[in-house]
Amino acid sequence: MSTALPVRNRPPVSLRPATAKDSSQDRQKQMIADHYEKLAHAKENGQKVVYTFVPGNLTELLQALDLLPVLPEINALQSGMRQKSAGYIAEAEKAGHSEDVCTYVKCDIGMLKSGNFGPTGTKLPEPDLLLLSYTGCFTFLKWFELLREEYKCPVVMLHVPYQPDGKISPEMREYVVNQLRDEVIPALEKLSGKKLDMDKLKEHLDLSRQAEDDLVKVWESAKHKPSPIDGYFGGVYYIGPIFTSFRGSQDAVEYYRELRAECEARILRNEGPQTPDGLMGEQRYRLVVEGPPNWTSFPDFWRMFAKEGAVVVASTYTRVGGLYDTGFRHDSSQPLETMADYCLGCYTNLGLPTRVDLLERYIREYEADGFLINSVKSCNSFSAGQLLMLRQLEQRTGVPGGFIESDLVDPRYFSKANIENRLQSYFQMIDARRLRVSA
Amino acid sequence: MTETTNQTGALPLPDRASQILAQARTMMDDLHLGPVQRWKAANPDGLAIGYMPVYVPRPLFEAIGCLPVTIFGGGDQVDIIRGDSYFQSYICHIPRSAIELGLNGHLNCLDGMVFPSLCDVIRNLGGMWKMLFPDRWSSYLDLPQNFALHLGGKFYGQELKRIARELHERGAKAYDPEALRQAMRNENRRRLAINVLDDLRRSEPWRLPASDLYVLLRAGGLMPALDHAELLEEFADAVRSRPARPFDNVRVVLVGAFCEQPPLDLIRTLEKSGCDIVDDDLQLGLRYIESAMDAEAADPLEALANAFIQFGAATASRYIGTAEKGAALLEKVKATKADGVVFAAASFCDPALLDQPMLEAALDRASVPFTSFKFSENTGQFQVIREQAGAFSDSVKLWGTVQ
Amino acid sequence: MKCVVGIDLGSTTTKAVMLDESGQIVGKGITNSRSNYAVASAIARDEALTNARFSLLDRALGRSTHADAVQARALENDLLSAFRLELYLDELVYLEERVMALLQIWSPSPLRDAVTAATTDLLADMQHTAPDLFLGGVERKSDFFRDIAGQAFVQGAERVCAKSDVPFERLVGLFDRAILDVETRVQARDFGVLLPTAVARVAVARKVSAGVRAVLDQAARDAAAEPVEEVALAGTGYGRQTLPFPKEAVRSEILCHGRGAHRVFPGTRSVLDIGGQDTKAIQVDQNGVVTSFQMNDRCAAGCGRYLGYIADELNLGLHELGPLALKATRMIRVNSTCTVFAGAELRERLALGQAREDILAGLHRAILLRAMSLLARSGGIENEFTFTGGVCKNPMATKLLKELVVDNYGEHIQLNIHPDSIYMGALGAAMFALDDYNAGHPSLMPTVQTGARSQPAPLFDASCA
Repeated sequence: MSTALPVRNRPPVSLRPATAKDSSQDRQKQMIADHYEKLAHAKENGQKVVYTFVPGNLTELLQALDLLPVLPEINALQSGMRQKSAGYIAEAEKAGHSEDVCTYVKCDIGMLKSGNFGPTGTKLPEPDLLLLSYTGCFTFLKWFELLREEYKCPVVMLHVPYQPDGKISPEMREYVVNQLRDEVIPALEKLSGKKLDMDKLKEHLDLSRQAEDDLVKVWESAKHKPSPIDGYFGGVYYIGPIFTSFRGSQDAVEYYRELRAECEARILRNEGPQTPDGLMGEQRYRLVVEGPPNWTSFPDFWRMFAKEGAVVVASTYTRVGGLYDTGFRHDSSQPLETMADYCLGCYTNLGLPTRVDLLERYIREYEADGFLINSVKSCNSFSAGQLLMLRQLEQRTGVPGGFIESDLVDPRYFSKANIENRLQSYFQMIDARRLRVSA
Repeated sequence: MTETTNQTGALPLPDRASQILAQARTMMDDLHLGPVQRWKAANPDGLAIGYMPVYVPRPLFEAIGCLPVTIFGGGDQVDIIRGDSYFQSYICHIPRSAIELGLNGHLNCLDGMVFPSLCDVIRNLGGMWKMLFPDRWSSYLDLPQNFALHLGGKFYGQELKRIARELHERGAKAYDPEALRQAMRNENRRRLAINVLDDLRRSEPWRLPASDLYVLLRAGGLMPALDHAELLEEFADAVRSRPARPFDNVRVVLVGAFCEQPPLDLIRTLEKSGCDIVDDDLQLGLRYIESAMDAEAADPLEALANAFIQFGAATASRYIGTAEKGAALLEKVKATKADGVVFAAASFCDPALLDQPMLEAALDRASVPFTSFKFSENTGQFQVIREQAGAFSDSVKLWGTVQ
Repeated sequence: MKCVVGIDLGSTTTKAVMLDESGQIVGKGITNSRSNYAVASAIARDEALTNARFSLLDRALGRSTHADAVQARALENDLLSAFRLELYLDELVYLEERVMALLQIWSPSPLRDAVTAATTDLLADMQHTAPDLFLGGVERKSDFFRDIAGQAFVQGAERVCAKSDVPFERLVGLFDRAILDVETRVQARDFGVLLPTAVARVAVARKVSAGVRAVLDQAARDAAAEPVEEVALAGTGYGRQTLPFPKEAVRSEILCHGRGAHRVFPGTRSVLDIGGQDTKAIQVDQNGVVTSFQMNDRCAAGCGRYLGYIADELNLGLHELGPLALKATRMIRVNSTCTVFAGAELRERLALGQAREDILAGLHRAILLRAMSLLARSGGIENEFTFTGGVCKNPMATKLLKELVVDNYGEHIQLNIHPDSIYMGALGAAMFALDDYNAGHPSLMPTVQTGARSQPAPLFDASCA
C-alpha cells in the first residue's frame, strides 16, 4: 500500500511564477502527475516498469504492451531543477564515480542511493527491465551497465547505428529492425506476458504522427516575427510529452493541438512567449541555440536571455528525442521500419557535418541574428566538436556565433557572472555589427 | 626528463634485442610517420589508412593492399595550438593532438582515416575530420554492440564490405577472399608472437619489462602484421640470451589506457615504483581478438566479423551483454598471478572512467587490491604517481592488500 | 572643455581615459582596484582629470618660446611630483586620523599608550620625509598611496619598534586596517588650491627665478581655471557585473578592448589581451567592430595570475619574471598551465635540477601556447595583430609571441604593442561614451561623496629648502 500523498497536489516543476499561464501547460502538468501516480502504484497494480532513454525511446511499443516507462534522464534534470542534483552527484562521487564524467549518470546513481525518490517526491518503482536503446550517446551504454549492477534486472540492448553522413542505409535500418523483431519485442512480450498486438501498435504510431504534425507547426511558428514561442527555454516544455512517456497517446495529441492553437493565437495578437517574468517584450535578437540547457539555474539562465530581448527561434536540444522538422513522421504502415528510422534520426545520432547543415538551415529559415552554443561539460556527444561547428557556421552564414559553457545538472559548472559576461558581450557585438551594416 | 634506455636491471649491451628495441623506439617517436612513408615508397599502389584506437579489422585493410596505421595522438612532444582551439577543457587529450598532427601536415602520408566507434569524442572527431579534410577519405566504423551473429555479426560484415568497397573506389585492390585469408594468417602469427612475449614478461618480468614490450608493440601500428610478427619473433629469441637479474616487485594488471596512451615515462615510473605490469590494455587493438581467427574459413570476411563478435576483449567501450561485469578482469588477474590492479585512465575518458567503479566493485568483492590515477598523453609530472604506486606496491608486498 | 570618460575596472587596477569632444585623448589615469568599485572608478577618473589638467598646463607653457617658459616647462615633472606630494600629505593626515580612531577603540593600557606614541612618532616622520620621496630625485615604483605609504610605514615601524617594546605586528595591523578606510574615501581635488601650492613648493625646492615662478603661477592658474565638464561616461571591466554605473553606461570589455586597440593601431584586425584573470582573443573589422571573440573557459590556466603564482613561489616581483626567463639557455617543455599545480610543477622541476631560467622560459611558452589556441578558436590571426593587457609588458612573453606568430601565421603579421596598452579597455569605453554623447543619450557617473580636505597641509618650512 502506498502512503504517498496524492501526486497532483505537488506540481512537478514549480518554475514559472504565477503569471498568465498557457492552459497547455496545465494539461502537461496533469499528464506528468498522472504518470507518476501510475508509477507510484505500478507494483501493486501489477504493472511492469521499463527504464529507458529519451533518444530512441520506443514509447509506442511500450504502450502497446502496457509497460510503464521511467526515463532516468528526466529524473536527473528534474533533480537539477529541484536543487537536489549537487547532493546526488556528491553521493555518486563519494561512491567512486569520477568527477570527469556525465553528471546525469551520477545524479541518477546518487538519487538511487538516496532512496530513489522521483520528481514528485514519491519513490520510483524499480525496473523490471532496462531497455537500452543505445542511440547517439555512448554513456547510455555504461549507464545501464551501472544500473544493472544495482538492480540485478535483465537488460535488452538495441544498438542503433550512427549516421556519420546523414543517410540511413538499408543495412542500418535492417539491423535495427532485426534487433527489434528478434530481441527487443520478444523480451518486452515476455515481460508483459502478452503478445504484441500489431494493430494496437499501429494505432499508437498514428497518434504519434498526429502529435508530431502539430509539434512541427509549433516549431515553425517561430518564423513569425515576433516569435510566439521560445524554441529553447520554452521548447524544453514543449518537448516534454513527445520525448517521454506520452508520444503515441491521445493525451499527447490533445496537448499538441492545444499548444499549436495557443501559438497561432499569439501570432494573431503579435505576442511573444511566456518567460519566467511574464510575457516577453520587444524581441531584439533572434537566436538559434545548439546544446542542452543548464537545469540547476534554469530560470536564471532563461532570464539572462529574456531580459536582453533574446528569443530562441530554433534549437537542436529540442530535437534529441526526435527530429521531425526535416520530414520524418511515424508511419504505421511499416511499424518496425518507422521505429528504426525514428531512432536513427535523433539529433545526437547525426554526424557533425549533418548537424552543421541542420543548424545552417535553422539560421537561414528562421532568419536568426545569431547562433549560440551552450557547451555542457557532461555531454561529449553534443560538445566534442562544437567549436569547429561554430567556425563553420560563421563562415557559411556570416551570422555571429557565441559560445558559453555550463553543465546539465552540476551547479559547480554554472558560473552566472561568467555566462552573463559573455552573453552581454555577445549581444553587444550583434548590436555593433548591426550598426555597421546599417551605417 | 633524463633518458635512460634501460630501467630494470638488464645491462645496456648492444645486443640484437636492444637494437630491435632502439629501432622500435625510433619508429614510435617519429611523428612524421617515417615508417609509413617508407612503406608507401616500397608499395606505390598501396594506400596508408590511419585509424584511431582501439580496434579496426586490420587484416581487411592489408588484404586490399592498404597499410593500417595506428594514430595514438602526439604523445608529449607536440605543441598543441589548433588542436586545443577545437576542444573544451573537459575533453581528453588525444583528439587535440590528432588534429594538430593533421593540420600540421604530419599525417600527409595517410590516404585516409578510420574512426572506429569507441566513444562520443572519437566518433565526433570523425565528423570533424570530414569538415577539416574534405578532400581526404575518412570513415566512421560502426562496431556492433549486439553480439548475436545474425544481428550484430551480419551488420558488421556489411560494414566491412562497405569499407572495402569505398577504399577500392579510391584505388585499393578489390576484395579477394584468399588475400584476406593470408592477411588473417599473418595477423594470427603476430598474435602468437605477442602471446610469446606476454608469457615472457609474466614469467620473467625483469627480462622483458612492460615498458619495453610497449615500445615493441608500438612499431606494430606502423608496419604490416607479417613484418611485425617476424620482428617480435626475432626479439623473443634475442631477449632470452640477454643477461638480467630478477627484481622483487609486485605484479599488477594495468587497466584503462586502451585509447589515449600514457607517456612512456609514466609506464617506467610504475616499474621503478616496484610494479611489474604483467598485463595491460595499452594498445589494446593488437590484442583485441583474444583467439585465433579462422583464416581458412570459406567466407573469411564472415570469419573476420565473427572473430570480433565472439572473441572481442572485454573492454570499456564494448557492451558487456549478459556477462558479469569485472569477471574478465578477475580472470586476467588470476591467470597472470597478479597481486593487484592499477587503474590508469586518461583524464575525461568516458569509457574508462564510467567503467571503473564497476570493475573496482568486482575487485573489492574478490579482495584484489587496486589503486587508480589519471593521466594525459602529455603528462609531465610523475611525482604523485610515483608516490602512489610506490605506496601501493609496498603495502601489497607487506600485507598483500592496501591498508 | 567638455569631455567624456571611459573606465575599465580591472581585477588589480582601474583605468580611466578622458576624451574631448573631438575624440582626442586628453587624460588617462590609473589606480589600484579596491573593495569599493565606485571609489576606484572615481579615483581613476580624478587621475585622468589630473592628467588632463597637466596636459593643459603643458600646452599653455608650450605656446611660448620665451626662456622663462622653456625653463618652466622643464619643471613639469617636478610639478606633478609636488602635486602628488600634496595629495599624499593629505592622505597621511587622514591615515593618522583613522589610526587614532582605531586606537580609541582599544581599552586603555600601557600598550595602547606605547602604540599611540610610536604611531604618532612614525607618522610625523613619514610626513617629514615625504617631500624627499617625491622631490628627492628617486623614481617611485608606484603612485598608489597604498604602496608608497605602506612601504614607508613598514620601514618606520621597524625603526620605532627596534627602540621600544611595541610589537611590530600591532603597528602593521593598524596600518592594514586603516588603509581600508583611506582607500574607500575619494579625496577632493581642488586644482585651484593644489596647483599653486605645488608651484610654490617646486619654486622653493628648485630655487627658480622670479620670472619662471611667475610663468608657472600663471600657467597653474589658467590650467586650474579652465572649466572641465564631464558630459558622458561608459564603463567596462572585469567587475563589470557590479560596476557602479547605470546599466546603459556599461559596455562589454570585449567591445572596449577591441575598439581601443583598433583606435591606437587602426590596422588592427586581431587582438590578444592577457590580463590577470582572463585571456581574450578578439577579431575586429576595419571599423574596430568586434566580429568574433573567445575568452578562456572557467579554468584560469594560462592567465596573468598564473605568472603571479610563479613569481610568489620564487619570491620574485612579477616584473622580474620576464627578464629572468630571457636568460634561459634552453626551453624546458611544460605541458600544463594549471594554476593550482603551478607551484608543485615548479618545485618538482627545481628538485630535478632544472635551471630556474629554463623552467621559467617553458612556463612562459606554455601560457603563450594557450593564448595561441584561444586566438585560433576565435578565427586565427589576421594582420595587424595587437597585444594588450598586463602580460604584454613581459619581455619574454612578447618575444615568444613574436616567434609563435611567425611560426604559425608567417612573417607578414605585424605585431603591435603599445606602452599604454593597459588603457585600451578604458579608451574603448570612452569612445562608446562619446558615441552616446553624440547620439544624445549620455550616461553620467553617479556622484561619490568626497572626503573634505582635512586641513591645509603644512606647505613647507625652511628646513625643506
